[in-house]
Amino acid sequence: MKLEQLERVTGIAAPFMRINIDTDQIAPTREHIRARSEGYGPGLFGEIRYRDPETREENPDFVLNKVPYRKAQILIADRNFGCGSSREGAPMHLRGFGFRAVVAPSFGGIFFNNCFRNGIAPVMLPEADVHTLARQVEEKGGHTQITVDVVASKLTGPDGKVYAFTLPAFGRRMLLEGIDEIEQTLTMTPEIDAYRQRDRAKRGWAWLG
Amino acid sequence: MPETPGAAQGRTYFDKVWDDHVIADMGDNTFLLSMDRLFLHDLSGSAALIRLEQSGRGPALKNHVFAVIDHVVDTRPGHRYDSPRPGGTELMVSMRELCNKHGLNFFDVDDPRQGIVHVVAPEQGVALPGLTLVCGDSHTCTLGGVGALAFGIGSSECLHVLATQALPQIKPKNMRVTYSGALGKGVFPKDMVLALIGRIGANGGIGYAVEFAGPVIADMSVEGRLTICNMAIEFSAKYGFVPPDERTIEYVKGRPFSPKGADWDAAVAYWRAARTDANARFDREEAIDCNTLTPQVTWGTSPQLVVGVADKVPDPKQAADAGVSVLMKRALEYMKLNAGAQMTDVPIDGAFIGSCTNARISDLRLAAQVLKGRKVADGVTAICIPGSTEVKKQAEAEGLDRIISEAGFQWRESGCGYCAYIGGDEFLDKRVVTSTNRNFENRQGPKTRSHLASPATVAASAIRGRITDPREFLA
Ligand code: SF4
Repeated sequence: MKLEQLERVTGIAAPFMRINIDTDQIAPTREHIRARSEGYGPGLFGEIRYRDPETREENPDFVLNKVPYRKAQILIADRNFGCGSSREGAPMHLRGFGFRAVVAPSFGGIFFNNCFRNGIAPVMLPEADVHTLARQVEEKGGHTQITVDVVASKLTGPDGKVYAFTLPAFGRRMLLEGIDEIEQTLTMTPEIDAYRQRDRAKRGWAWLG
Repeated sequence: MPETPGAAQGRTYFDKVWDDHVIADMGDNTFLLSMDRLFLHDLSGSAALIRLEQSGRGPALKNHVFAVIDHVVDTRPGHRYDSPRPGGTELMVSMRELCNKHGLNFFDVDDPRQGIVHVVAPEQGVALPGLTLVCGDSHTCTLGGVGALAFGIGSSECLHVLATQALPQIKPKNMRVTYSGALGKGVFPKDMVLALIGRIGANGGIGYAVEFAGPVIADMSVEGRLTICNMAIEFSAKYGFVPPDERTIEYVKGRPFSPKGADWDAAVAYWRAARTDANARFDREEAIDCNTLTPQVTWGTSPQLVVGVADKVPDPKQAADAGVSVLMKRALEYMKLNAGAQMTDVPIDGAFIGSCTNARISDLRLAAQVLKGRKVADGVTAICIPGSTEVKKQAEAEGLDRIISEAGFQWRESGCGYCAYIGGDEFLDKRVVTSTNRNFENRQGPKTRSHLASPATVAASAIRGRITDPREFLA
């Protein structure tokens, strides 16, 4: 299956600056079932975003319920964003809402890998830069834009300042080319077969039939 | 993988095992790794099986794929085929059908090998030292307790492994945590790992594979090591492990999927040679002196918000930085606690012993030791869910179930149960002291306030009806 591609995104950025936002917050457990009928997105941050997640009565204080952040495409977050559970619903809900990139000082490792498979660029910048971006966005009440350019590996802030970032090469290719990762691995079948032959000789005990 | 005496730079156990699984170097520190075992559970695993089916592909190495039903299973007495979780029954049914269709190793609800995936994997010898093992579940790091290079993956990655039995991964850096000294009364592996997370933060392990070392680890049972490794992901280390030693070898010997005969001898030789070289260098080192540790309990909504059970709820003003201060303020609000409150004054509504962290036989023995001849306080809902059907059977053979249920705990069938919310309402909007691994907001149910602790602390707290120092009940 080909993945959703992303070359660059320019849009509204929503700051949600709390450390250690775990994937239970991003994709709450009780939203899993609902997503099957409702699709991914409405359940994003469900327990925080709604006063009552069942009726969808909004919590007016939550950033994504405010104008202009309701249309945000970039999330600015704090360190260890996406820690915890491996649930792939986390990037799926973010994407369903409309996000194409998350900018943070660091990410939970499983979430980080899951992002590339769901059309989201997880962009790491130094903590001070992330905090600056969040402040600049807040000062303008969100009425400004940020660009995340995966092709150039550069982020442009509200003031035009350019920040370089790096994405792992394999993840970057998934975003840029939308490669089918399984197809990609299967092109390496000769290497896989050679490895297995060597490994059976070296670690026969690890093989089950 | 012999040691290389006199070499300029030794290698870590992790690097040795990693290198033995590299199919190809894909550049930029990413490697195509061979996966020795894939374990599927009824949430992410069912999803991956369904996607495999849709893709028209089949499993690459079916004998190396295992599956179990644990997350959605009903834990009320009498394992049944329907799930209390909306949609759960369908997940079970599709897993059953697809596992049978492809001839995967499947432990169904009524199979004596059923249980929580990370409890079952070492129990059945599916997880072994030196193997790579993945599962669409972040707590797969638990299996580092037997020396496996085991880590959690997403369901797309899970599908990738099903279809190829290989996976591209970024190589992490090496970190070592050395536990020295000796454990005092009432201090258990759970306390050791909570104290570590309290010190280095819930982000302290990002990008690292973590080796747990030192005399306290060397002296520790494999079950204790599984508890510590289970919580590596709680400081965002995808991998936590203890390189195999004689205890590990003893533990894995004779298990159903462990190597036999000549294979066993070869495996043991491999494991004995696979050690971290004395001159290996770690990118980061942490040391914990166990002499200073006390029983730990979390007060907040991140495992890093932890104190000694005899201590007070800390003040956000004393936070290390602004980020932690905000986290602490929000946690006080969610947990309905005030800074400065004595932890042992905090009343509880529920007590839970279960999960892949602390529901193995040694955990139940410990709980029974505290509960024997005592009663759970009025108004406390107490539930015990053994980590696997085998653990349950063993506990019943030892009479632990009687001690635990006579004290007032419900004695359930094995499964994940109340570790993560699956639809039961026993702990909704309640305060629970729990032997699990995550105190996140709403983790154990909407508005549930979770305090993580060792099984001894959970049992002691259940008796008193408030958070309690287990040393009061231990000889
Ligand atoms: S017991 Fe809890 S943490 Fe462990 S696998 Fe089950 S839900 Fe996950």
